[in-house]
Amino acid sequence: MHPTPSIIIFTTLSGLGFGLLFWLGIGMPPVTGWEAFAYYFAAFALAAGGLVSSTFHLGRPERALKAFTQWSTSWLSREGICAVAALLVFGINAAGAVFWNVRVPVLGYIGSVLALGTVFATSMIYAQLNTVPLWKTHLTPVLFLLASIAGGALLGAHALISAMLLPVAALVQAIWWMRGDRIRNEMETTIETATGLGNAGKVRSFEPPHTGANYLLREFAFEVGRKNARRLRMIALTLAYTLPFFAIILAPDHWHVLAVPTAVVHLAGVAVARWLFFAEAVHVVGHYYGRR
Amino acid sequence: MTALPEKTGRKLGLAIDLDTCVGCHACVISCKGWNTENYGAPLSDQDPYGDASGTFLNRIHSYEVQPDFGSAQVVHFPKSCLHCEDAPCVTVCPTGASYKRIEDGIVLVNESDCIGCGLCAWACPYGARELDLAEGVMKKCTLCVDRIYNENLPEGDRVPACVRTCPAGARHFGDFADPESEVSKLSAERGGFDLMPEQGTKPVNKYLPPRQKDLLDEIDAIDVLAPLLEIKKSRNSGFIKWLDRALGKF
Repeated sequence: MHPTPSIIIFTTLSGLGFGLLFWLGIGMPPVTGWEAFAYYFAAFALAAGGLVSSTFHLGRPERALKAFTQWSTSWLSREGICAVAALLVFGINAAGAVFWNVRVPVLGYIGSVLALGTVFATSMIYAQLNTVPLWKTHLTPVLFLLASIAGGALLGAHALISAMLLPVAALVQAIWWMRGDRIRNEMETTIETATGLGNAGKVRSFEPPHTGANYLLREFAFEVGRKNARRLRMIALTLAYTLPFFAIILAPDHWHVLAVPTAVVHLAGVAVARWLFFAEAVHVVGHYYGRR
Repeated sequence: MTALPEKTGRKLGLAIDLDTCVGCHACVISCKGWNTENYGAPLSDQDPYGDASGTFLNRIHSYEVQPDFGSAQVVHFPKSCLHCEDAPCVTVCPTGASYKRIEDGIVLVNESDCIGCGLCAWACPYGARELDLAEGVMKKCTLCVDRIYNENLPEGDRVPACVRTCPAGARHFGDFADPESEVSKLSAERGGFDLMPEQGTKPVNKYLPPRQKDLLDEIDAIDVLAPLLEIKKSRNSGFIKWLDRALGKF
């Protein structure tokens, strides 16, 4: 799948933003006043910034509001509704905490559920697709949710919770990649099932329908070298999980100073992992072009 | 709404005969010709005299099939929207722009509601949907919905443009819900099959398999010419024989 920058930026930033909102909602830390302003500002900038970025890949962004109508069937619609609801609830929550030093725990809990719901809906947009076997697994929502709350814990300066969540998130990421490598060679869909000509013999693409590129090839036939993918996986794991983990373990006393730079390193690592999430994914339509 | 209808009254679709398709791409041209100036936004081209990329609703692949015994065979393979019963492209749509019609099962895009997010194209295993770069909306085969019910056209023209134009008669249009329809009978008789059945989309369009070709490998088929073509063993003598051996030594 083509790794569209706006979608990678969106899932990375808003994943972290909603992760931070999740912790703020359950009162960790129970901030008020200027401190609350700083936390909520960072969370809103990430979450809303990501959402705005996601509209850049739309062909007709001016009609984006119509995407709130099909919640009964579409995960993309559910994601939009959850995101806006979460931001509204946290907007009220933040105003109370910043201006009146008042925290309403119930509102916070509702917001936290909506924040997690948003990340879950985002992951289900990918995990629902039969056409991309690499994504079609229950591990995908687990991966997205863990990355989100681990990142949120880092940014929220919860040293202990981060130190526990980061290795778990790294482990799930590693398992997700191993599953991907395993299923790559045992795909149910092949050029034989795609053309239905498997009974007649071995099928090979003889000539594509067009001499130039087209939307399908640009969108679905992105290929990343296996060797590069391995290197990028190591980089992603190091930046997103290993470095932040050791920063917490080795410098617990300076943690409040290190929280933000560590979160930035983590964010860079998650962005690399998200790039791979798209770049390594293979869409079954490639079989029609003799690609897999 | 983007929920799929439980049942459609008719199941309009195509039976595509892989045995008779000659790969002339006439259906590609007539499809583009009709659909660029009728239903919905035109099908744009980008850099048509250069790298040439554009929106098409129907494309023809060609495949080589090598059986275990006998010669390889080329199969031309037209591919357009299969108007699936369980169309995954419809349910993922966040705006309700994509829908499947209850009365005849045709899958359409309401272009004034489409935001061009591309998720329906991701959900389609067949590559039947293409985002138009000029218009920013998703385009797909409409089964020429503006021809098949169009009473301003002569009756013979009330079929999809690809079907009307095919010089080989490789594309057949009809109602698959009616077991007595021509396409249903044709599909039953020739063993019409689904593309990617494992994807669970239940396509309405059926593909008719290519028939078995003659086997060239049977000795009798080439035996008439065989004596003339047989490469004779070297019967050289004298100087030529010596030269041949001398050259062979180098």
